[in-house]
Amino acid sequence: MEIKVLQDILSANDRIAERNRHLLDEKGVFALNLMASPGAGKTSLLLETIKRLRNKVNIAVIEADIASSLDADKISKEGVTTLQINTGGDCHVDANMLNNALESMSLDGIDLLILENVGNLVCPAEFTLGVDRNAMISSIPEGDDKPYKYPLMFSVANAVVINKIDLLPYVEFDFRNFSRGVSVVNPKAALMQISCKTGDGIDEWVSWLLAEMKK
Amino acid sequence: MHELAITQNVLDIALEQAEKYNASKVIKINLVVGEMSGVVDECVQFYFEFLSKDTIASDATLSFKRIPITAHCYDCDATSPLEELNWVCPHCHSSNIEVVGGRELYIDSMEIE
Repeated sequence: MEIKVLQDILSANDRIAERNRHLLDEKGVFALNLMASPGAGKTSLLLETIKRLRNKVNIAVIEADIASSLDADKISKEGVTTLQINTGGDCHVDANMLNNALESMSLDGIDLLILENVGNLVCPAEFTLGVDRNAMISSIPEGDDKPYKYPLMFSVANAVVINKIDLLPYVEFDFRNFSRGVSVVNPKAALMQISCKTGDGIDEWVSWLLAEMKK
Repeated sequence: MHELAITQNVLDIALEQAEKYNASKVIKINLVVGEMSGVVDECVQFYFEFLSKDTIASDATLSFKRIPITAHCYDCDATSPLEELNWVCPHCHSSNIEVVGGRELYIDSMEIE
């Protein structure tokens, strides 16, 4: 006998994401999911963001890595609430992992929660989490063809941040090709150029974030 | 590697549906997978054989219907599958396009007995 199913394979994940959404709304927390490949500058951008915002908003950070607490150690030195989750081999954070993290931390008084996802341009894009915004970083040395090669990741990002622009004198990178790729998969994405090393563009990123938090 | 989580979900949904229909065996699961989802069929197949052991879906065949990445062209107004991911409209070769399909990831139907 043939039966019609028509069910999204990740519907169980989406249901938990919905619970996360409610929990975050209830606590008045704005949650940002930060994604990128390993080494693109997620932790560096987080540190720059904390530096500029910690006197204005109450920040908490969830660091997700396959293993180790190296990133959480760096972030907690900045004096913000930090929770490390180890995905134990999983290449992404799913809604259930985020739910466990949210249940285990105090969200009272937190304005901005930033999740640093596992470094990966494929899998994290597939799992909705129930956060307010997705942002991704693509760095100059990775090349201008990334939106064409990882369209799903670029399609789920509300902001695409190009990091390491200080390397432009040394590395070939065609901004026109890159931004065309982004606009094909995601015409609404905000596109920003930054350097965590020199500080260029970080103010624009922070302004974007603050504006989204007010929406 | 997200195929492991995806396969576990496929199996969970299949077993849940089978139970609903009082089935004794899952024969076939028809999956629809958009090219943008980055899901590798062979990987899902491999994990499925491992995960479905000792369940009524252990002999089930997985069938994958791949949906190409589809784009809408703002210049000629056509909506068509992209050829070889060259990211231009296959009709008028404009690059003024937007991706509108290819993210599918669902179970369409199942054969049970």
